[in-house]
Amino acid sequence: MPKTLVQVDWLTLLIVAVLIGFGWANIYSTTYISPEEPVLDFTKIYGRQLLFIGLGIIISVVVLALESKFFERFASVFYVIGIVSLLGLFVFGKTIAGQTAWYSFGAFGLQPAEFVKTVVALALAKYISDFGSDLKKITNQLKAFAIIGLPLLLIMLQPDAGSALIYLSFVIPLYREGLPHAYISTGFMAAAVFMLTLKFGFIIFAPIFTVLLIIVYLFNRRKKPKLWKYFLAFFFGVGFSYSVNFILNSVLLPHQKERFDVLIGETNDIKGSAFNLYQSEVAIGSGGWTGKGWLKGSQTQGRFVPEQHTDYIFSTVGEEWGFIGTSLVVILFTLLILRLFHLAERQKSQFSRVYGYCVMSVIFVHFFVNVAMVIGLFPTVGIPLPFFSYGGSGLWGFLILVLVFLKLDAKRNSLN
Amino acid sequence: MRKLLPIILVSFTAFLFLIRLFYLQILDESYDEVSTNISVRKVYDYPQRGYIYDRNGELMVGNQPAYDVMAVPLEVKEFDTLELASLLKLSPDRLKTQLEKAWRYSPRLASVITPQLTKKEYAFLQERMHKYPGFYIQKRALRDYNVDHSANILGYIAEVGDREIAQNPYYQSGDLRGKQGVEEQYEEELRGERGVKHYLRDIHNKNIKPFKEGKFDTLSKKGSDLQLTIDSKLQAYGEKLMQGKRGGIVAIEPSTGEILTLVTAPSYDPDLLVGRKRSRNFTELYYDTIQKPLYNRALQAIYAPGSPFKALTGLVALQEGVVGLEEKFRCNGGYTYARGRRMGCHHHPSPVQMITGIAHSCNSYFAQVYRRTIEKYDTPQKGIDVWNKHMSSFGLGDYLGYDLPVGRAGLLPDAEYYNKAYDFPTYKWYASATLSNAIGQGEVLTTPIQLANATAAIANKGWFYRPHIIKSIDDQPVQEEKYTTKQVTTIDKKHFEPIIQGMHDVFNYGTASFLRVPGIEVCGKTGTAENYVKIDGERMQLTDHSIFVAFAPKENPKIALAVFVENGYWGSRYAGRISSLMIEKYLKENIERKDLERWILDHTLEDEYAKPYSGEPFKINQ
Repeated sequence: MPKTLVQVDWLTLLIVAVLIGFGWANIYSTTYISPEEPVLDFTKIYGRQLLFIGLGIIISVVVLALESKFFERFASVFYVIGIVSLLGLFVFGKTIAGQTAWYSFGAFGLQPAEFVKTVVALALAKYISDFGSDLKKITNQLKAFAIIGLPLLLIMLQPDAGSALIYLSFVIPLYREGLPHAYISTGFMAAAVFMLTLKFGFIIFAPIFTVLLIIVYLFNRRKKPKLWKYFLAFFFGVGFSYSVNFILNSVLLPHQKERFDVLIGETNDIKGSAFNLYQSEVAIGSGGWTGKGWLKGSQTQGRFVPEQHTDYIFSTVGEEWGFIGTSLVVILFTLLILRLFHLAERQKSQFSRVYGYCVMSVIFVHFFVNVAMVIGLFPTVGIPLPFFSYGGSGLWGFLILVLVFLKLDAKRNSLN
Repeated sequence: MRKLLPIILVSFTAFLFLIRLFYLQILDESYDEVSTNISVRKVYDYPQRGYIYDRNGELMVGNQPAYDVMAVPLEVKEFDTLELASLLKLSPDRLKTQLEKAWRYSPRLASVITPQLTKKEYAFLQERMHKYPGFYIQKRALRDYNVDHSANILGYIAEVGDREIAQNPYYQSGDLRGKQGVEEQYEEELRGERGVKHYLRDIHNKNIKPFKEGKFDTLSKKGSDLQLTIDSKLQAYGEKLMQGKRGGIVAIEPSTGEILTLVTAPSYDPDLLVGRKRSRNFTELYYDTIQKPLYNRALQAIYAPGSPFKALTGLVALQEGVVGLEEKFRCNGGYTYARGRRMGCHHHPSPVQMITGIAHSCNSYFAQVYRRTIEKYDTPQKGIDVWNKHMSSFGLGDYLGYDLPVGRAGLLPDAEYYNKAYDFPTYKWYASATLSNAIGQGEVLTTPIQLANATAAIANKGWFYRPHIIKSIDDQPVQEEKYTTKQVTTIDKKHFEPIIQGMHDVFNYGTASFLRVPGIEVCGKTGTAENYVKIDGERMQLTDHSIFVAFAPKENPKIALAVFVENGYWGSRYAGRISSLMIEKYLKENIERKDLERWILDHTLEDEYAKPYSGEPFKINQ
């Protein structure tokens, strides 16, 4: 144990600690009633979050105390437990706001999806490292996708599209381990085609896309490009663009479609569907360089931004701490992710490396989706900002996710 | 290469976020204001509007509380339209259109949904308003009239319109503002300054605490009380005498230029334009195009001045030295001034001089001295311009500069006017063409207040102060240069003596000898003016206007007045009687000549006014 403490990556722990601390200060600002009331009041949100942080420290110590081999050895057992916990929701789960995502224990609830990320990461790392699976093979790809897809499907059924979206982050470690380029490039291209069509419409997008494709082909003529690749790109691009409307109207639910409309400025109903984003942007935008000061943001103190202590916590930072505060948070997350990347790359065992990549990717996608949503660059998706947003399950889930990796990293020289 | 993907993604994301945040927080400054709009509530404190007193300190206008139902559209939640509409005594459609109008004005600022509820309606509503978020009740002050006269002097207050809000940033939807009369003229003094408190509020619209420790709050400032120069009792009496007649009375204190009375008839009860009934009553008054009760005849009606103008003609002739006081003129029932052109005159002793000419109101006499005045110069153009300069110095032909928002310049013709009219130099014109000016029947047009002011100038023997209606503001006498600078006429003081003597003789043996006020030396002049109207394109002559000017006492005059009674026939018939009674009322307070008063009160001219609209042929001057 003492040896682990010496070897553990303190920089990562420090960043995590700062994020949790700063996060709590903002949660307090969004929920406090009077400065005279005690902070340790478990009926209040800020008090409960303090309790969650305390329990989080205990959980962290326990995780660090566990034998590092333990995680790899029991990866499949954890995975099965995770899947069962998701299945169990359909029997024992509590439905809140239409989502059956919680186990309820009196005043407290537990959201298994927050912990399942860790077990999927472990299972994926185990699968890839154990069998030396070559991800160039379609069968191996399908098996890897199945490991990710099973919990994803169960979460979609809750239904919690936001949490499900996070599972796409596992494509990044798969790519690192040999998944063909085509997946990544197709993915990015699909996203680009989708957004551009949404913004400009099929009629404008399709011809421009076609012309661009022809120009690129003509430029590359000397290299003798394979013509069929260009045809494939053409059919994919134009075909997908054509189906965007269908996806919007028939695949997405009405409220999801509305969120896209809000994003591209199609809807400006600031009393209705655009209310959250509008209030959030106003709060952030009125912060200026240094913000209005802790506990002094008029939007925050007036409780104008809904869900401000959970998904929209970043808007409090924007209003009360200004551009200085928001850029600090962005830089802290960037440092954390790059540090995790560095740690992952220095692993000697493939298991640790894949797992480290998973941790980094999950945190990155959370950070990207949450902040982009709050500042109006991404449609509304209900996922928390890691370590920052209010919530026990989320905090513990992320702590376990990161600390398992820090334990693996601390023991990287004894693992093979 | 594969290792680069996370680095690229993370760096790109950080870069994208920082740019977006920089744009939101630093570059785009509009959010500050929006944030203030959302989270800061302004609570206004409307001060009492200033009171209005008459010259003797008698309260004319006070205040009474009223309550507006306001709404902030963005904060309005779903509510039972029918229920609220019935509470507010509006139709559901009206409520809906009012809300739509409020949205167009501003989703975030308060608009009036229904104005000026009484205290009783307010008490009933107040308990139920909490059911309708976004709606609240704003207390304001409405006028409370102590008098039933002076409506056109006082003006009224009304909600500001969209245009006024756009033009003057002080006003907001629902604010009240003075319209017409003293209320408009002294709006800024009367209204005071609205106070405002800023509160931080939360999404449930509760006030949390003062915004920035009240740094931006201001205290309200009470409106100033005005004291007018009007004599409320005399004004009331004037309006009473003018009942059933059309026209105006203007009385001025010659030594100060203070307006004692400004009667326009017909008028209305100022209380008609208070509160919720205001707009309905206003519409009714506004569309009464025959009686025109909102039209201030004392300031806006332009009439031919008639014979009172002879006093001025005489003064100008004396100043120009074209006639001696003793010089006698014969009058054979008229004056032939060109081939086949003759100005008629009524029956009176002949020959006449200046003093007797005024007392008997001889047309021939004044036609001749006027002609001499013009013909003293080489050209009629020069002559007319000299005449015009003298007349202008009495305040004729231009706005007088008094402190009320409406008025007319009247008309005082000059050489240019006649050159244009006669197409000079293609055609020539001579003094004889303008001869009717001599007896106030030509092109000259005056308002009652102009004629009253000219009378005051005669009473003062050659000077006047601009007429004004403000006496003091918050007990501080108004010492505005405009109203304390003597306006001197171009006529020497010595020439006024014979004219004033003539005007005195009007009462001794002249045209108004039966109108003497016992114990008071009154000077005056009767007037009768032909007039025409156009109804449905047809020009017809109506019964003459009855005109009278007077001042009293002869030495050290306290009151000068002009009275116009439309279609009252000859001067002493209506206007003379009214003038005489007004002077008696003002100087002696009690009317001794009850039969004279009874005659005026019993006689109306409604039949006369109905004639041209009857569609049947009618006779005039009977």
